[in-house]
Amino acid sequence: MIINGVSIDATFAEAFPMKATRAIITAQHEKWAMISAQAMTGFATSVIACGCEAGIERVLSPDETPDGRPGVAIMIFAMGGKGLAKQLETRAGQCVLTSPTSALFAGIDGGTRIALGKNLRYFGDGFQVSKLIDGKRYWRVPVMDGEFLTEATTGQVDAVGGGNFLVLAESQPQALAACEAAIDVMRTVPNVIMPFPGGVVRSGSKVGSKYKSLGASTNDAFCPTLKGMTATELSPEIESVMEIVIDGLSKADIDKAMRVGIQAVCDLGAANGIKRISAGNYGGKLGPFHFHLQEIMA
Amino acid sequence: MSALTFTLRHRPEQRVDMSPLSCHLLQGLEPSEIGALTLQVGKAKVRVDDLFTLSGFDTQNIIIKNSFAKLDYIAKDLEAGSVRVEGDAGAYLGLGMKNGEIRVSGNSGIFTAAEMKKGFVLIEGNAGDFVGGALPGNKMGMKGGTVLIKGNAGERVGDHMRRGNILIEGNAGDYCGSRMTAGTIAVMGHTGKFLGYAMRRGTLLLWQAPQLMATFNDCGAHTLAFLPILFNSFKKLDSRFADSGLHFNRVQRFAGDMSDMGRGEVLVKI
Repeated sequence: MIINGVSIDATFAEAFPMKATRAIITAQHEKWAMISAQAMTGFATSVIACGCEAGIERVLSPDETPDGRPGVAIMIFAMGGKGLAKQLETRAGQCVLTSPTSALFAGIDGGTRIALGKNLRYFGDGFQVSKLIDGKRYWRVPVMDGEFLTEATTGQVDAVGGGNFLVLAESQPQALAACEAAIDVMRTVPNVIMPFPGGVVRSGSKVGSKYKSLGASTNDAFCPTLKGMTATELSPEIESVMEIVIDGLSKADIDKAMRVGIQAVCDLGAANGIKRISAGNYGGKLGPFHFHLQEIMA
Repeated sequence: MSALTFTLRHRPEQRVDMSPLSCHLLQGLEPSEIGALTLQVGKAKVRVDDLFTLSGFDTQNIIIKNSFAKLDYIAKDLEAGSVRVEGDAGAYLGLGMKNGEIRVSGNSGIFTAAEMKKGFVLIEGNAGDFVGGALPGNKMGMKGGTVLIKGNAGERVGDHMRRGNILIEGNAGDYCGSRMTAGTIAVMGHTGKFLGYAMRRGTLLLWQAPQLMATFNDCGAHTLAFLPILFNSFKKLDSRFADSGLHFNRVQRFAGDMSDMGRGEVLVKI
């Protein structure tokens, strides 16, 4: 398959079941909601070393938030419910409770309930106040700038993590420009996050390493500087490869994000140095969710 | 299916215990069987069809017509369904109700919605003392649900209240929120003396400045983020509480009752 001069590989991305949750952070201004959201989703690019994958889903207008203030929706993904709950609580406590004027609300009503502010309330040292409004429990925790308002729980749902595609370009600036274009449009798709810095990964990994202590190492088959040294997947004109990883609440959400992202890359086309779209997988043996690139773009 | 309607034939001299006529107790009964039930009227037992004319079949949707202030225990322990009272209701309306809806077009007597657990009670007129309170000797009053009073409420509103909302468009009598453990009482009109007496936790939300006891301490003026969420939850009500023009998030906060646990609060609109 070729779109606008860009070859779409007959391969697939391989993804895994994860657990996910969403939280809504509000503040006096969007600026402070975003600062808190960025802190809460920081150091959360990969479950390999961060314990979770997290990202900002989108900015919310005041009429979309529970307290009528500007807000940001964030999502956190982890391999299991226990790990997700721990990450959520730790991050909420250190990054939202501490952030000026912030409030924290559930972003998923259904699913298994996990603690959001339920245990953060103890920071109130007995001065915290509970309010049960329309069946939802809120905690008002006295803090130095006034009150930190938080919903007690949020929903945890089954999700999919690890959807991905690779952008193969003739130069590094062209690969980055294509990925930026893809991320811009992918951020308009609900229920997905791209957890890596700016949504783009330049250090895709393969399973295993020559070093026993490492479970993953650089994906040498896609490293352009190793074209003459390894079993390369790259043709001579490819000078840079970047990857976009997508976590979503469902396979359909990731499908949609991949489709609009790949389309944005292809819109730049061969004229802008984009040669191929590929994807990362483990032979289909590890992850039950397969995203076939040519089917997605058909 | 039309609502099961009880129309009072005449007003008995003695008080009537209406508790056998709650929706959940009538489920599956034929009108003739319901008519044959007996109610305690003073010392006497009186057949339902001697006291009321019956019409309709839907036992989960009950209307009581010509009601007056001696019909006690209406919708006691109500589990589901709706009860509409045309006229006044007596004491213990909705006592211990577990869910469902009660609407009274007139006034209600003492202990309205006492020890209520869930559901909705609307009083178009005034309510007596101990709205949402605990029965004498009991430690827990209302534990959930919403009571909306469009008129005034008597003394001891929310006595020993544990959870839920009591919304009063008019005035509340003395000892409003007494011995309250938690929950919210909102009063648009004036409140009486000894507001929040021995209150442990909970919120008294006031539109008018109260006369406070010395055991309530001023915590200053604040903008509280939970108030818009609380007011939003009132928007579905047919009430002045749904009027966003009357909503606010800026309050003077008083903490008390310091003679007890002192974790309660009186929030006064500023």
